[in-house]
Amino acid sequence: MTSMAIPAGMPQYADVPRFDVAKVRADFPILDREVNGHPLVYLDSANTSHKPRQVLDVLAEHYALHNANVSRSVHTLGTEATEAYEGARAKIAAFVNAPSVDEVVFTKNSTEAINIVAYAFSNASLRADGDPRFRLGPGDEIVISEMEHHSNIVPWQLLAERTGATLRWFPVTDQGRLDESGLDDLVTERTKIVSLVHMSNILGTVNATSRITARVREVGALLLLDCSQSVPHLPMDVVGYDADFIVFTGHKMCGPTGIGVLWGRGELLAAMPPVMGGGSMIETVTMAGSTFAAPPARFEAGTPPIAEAVALGAAVDYLTAVGMPAIQWHEKELTAYALDALATVPGLRIFGPTVPVGRGGTISFALGDVHPHDVGQVLDALGVQVRVGHHCARPVCTRFRVPAMTRASFYLYTTTAEIDALVAGLEQVRKVFQ
Amino acid sequence: MQLESLYQDIILDHYKHPHGRGLREATDPAARVGEAHHVNPTCGDEITVRVTTDGSVFTDISYDGMGCSISQASASVLHELLRGRAASDAAVVHEAFVELMSGRGQVTPDEDVLGDGVAFAGVARYPARVKCALLSWMAFKDAAARAGVGVSPEVKA
Repeated sequence: MTSMAIPAGMPQYADVPRFDVAKVRADFPILDREVNGHPLVYLDSANTSHKPRQVLDVLAEHYALHNANVSRSVHTLGTEATEAYEGARAKIAAFVNAPSVDEVVFTKNSTEAINIVAYAFSNASLRADGDPRFRLGPGDEIVISEMEHHSNIVPWQLLAERTGATLRWFPVTDQGRLDESGLDDLVTERTKIVSLVHMSNILGTVNATSRITARVREVGALLLLDCSQSVPHLPMDVVGYDADFIVFTGHKMCGPTGIGVLWGRGELLAAMPPVMGGGSMIETVTMAGSTFAAPPARFEAGTPPIAEAVALGAAVDYLTAVGMPAIQWHEKELTAYALDALATVPGLRIFGPTVPVGRGGTISFALGDVHPHDVGQVLDALGVQVRVGHHCARPVCTRFRVPAMTRASFYLYTTTAEIDALVAGLEQVRKVFQ
Repeated sequence: MQLESLYQDIILDHYKHPHGRGLREATDPAARVGEAHHVNPTCGDEITVRVTTDGSVFTDISYDGMGCSISQASASVLHELLRGRAASDAAVVHEAFVELMSGRGQVTPDEDVLGDGVAFAGVARYPARVKCALLSWMAFKDAAARAGVGVSPEVKA
């Protein structure tokens, strides 16, 4: 054995940020349960993550002690609820390094956040005084990629239909990377917005965005990053990424369902017309017409998911305390381990990058010609929970010529023992179907 | 393991060695032909079922598709059970199979009516898989209707 010493003064192996996985697991009550007589092996965090006690407690405590509507009451409970709701907004702003708290719009989820931007475009296109950056018509182009989740495809298809604009997309390479070779022809002066997934929910690819961002700036378009799969797993800095909008969802990052985020540059949000009308989003209302509140309220019509927002704030506190760089590193190690382990399964084919570089802890695969439904069913009988199907990213399945895939996805509470259980389960699948 | 109630040998047999697979043209030019393509949007399973009928008997039921063992085995059993049957008989079998699959495992299947279809009794206990088992049967119903033959009870009555 030879060991290589890293010269003093350089980063050492021990410098890697770490956390105690066993201690983290103890925070998640659901991880103690059994499924079909086996300990739960939850490998579906890309679908939804579990929630630590710290988040569940905040959710219950809000309803038990501070329940009231926000932004409209002078009473004590109303003030407490408003402070908690706005406090959560501030935590989330800090979590993604947003320059201003007012740039964080609470939504139901990523899907709603993308739709708000898409509808702001069509609403601006209908108004004579619509901001030119949001006006779309025939000849204008919207650019997405073949790697998108349906939530970053369908809203743009519908927008293109409403406005007569053209939808174009980046292809995906055989290795599951974004094919940027046609960048300059794809993103042009005709492009009004590029809406791109940051980390693929199916291939696990983390897209390098800087070349695309540079081109977007060159042609004067806008850039939206769908960070549903990245914000939960790696440190996000909206300034560093130089995005115009990012979207993400609470339930994939230890928070509750029903709460998501649209972050947008302040001056862009201010230039966007309202999308949903109702209470809370107005400045003044007469029977003849209304004027609208400044962002973020302009985009939060009606009573928002208050407790969910507050609990998402608690989730952000939790993730921050564990440390996002440490979570990212933990998942990188898990991914390297899983890629090696899965390579030992006969007949297994991985879709997407097969090296733990430029990818996250989400791995989709085929096991021979066994259908993913059958793979998932046998694994479930062993307590192993994976996602099967087209993962709301059917064009990716089409690209790789399969109707469906099996996907294992990891998070901060995932262990290498769980990956071993997956590999052992896949042996059982082979026995049943071969 | 409880899996055995789902993956009965009969089902795995039909999956590995499907009966009557592949879309076929009608041999009799006077025959009525109906075809339907169904997809399961949650998993992307697809099936195309084509029926050939003289108006009273299903002279052929052919199919092609891709999907899980349950959906593909179910199509094979459908072919086996309903090909060559009078439309009125087929309606009885169809109704029995749909009833079995909708029964959440509480329906005892009649082997005289359902033949190999009884093997799907276990599938009815897995709500996520019932759609897989019914995919080809629903496509068959549409295909038969397009050929001018109803197989659902309300059409029969």
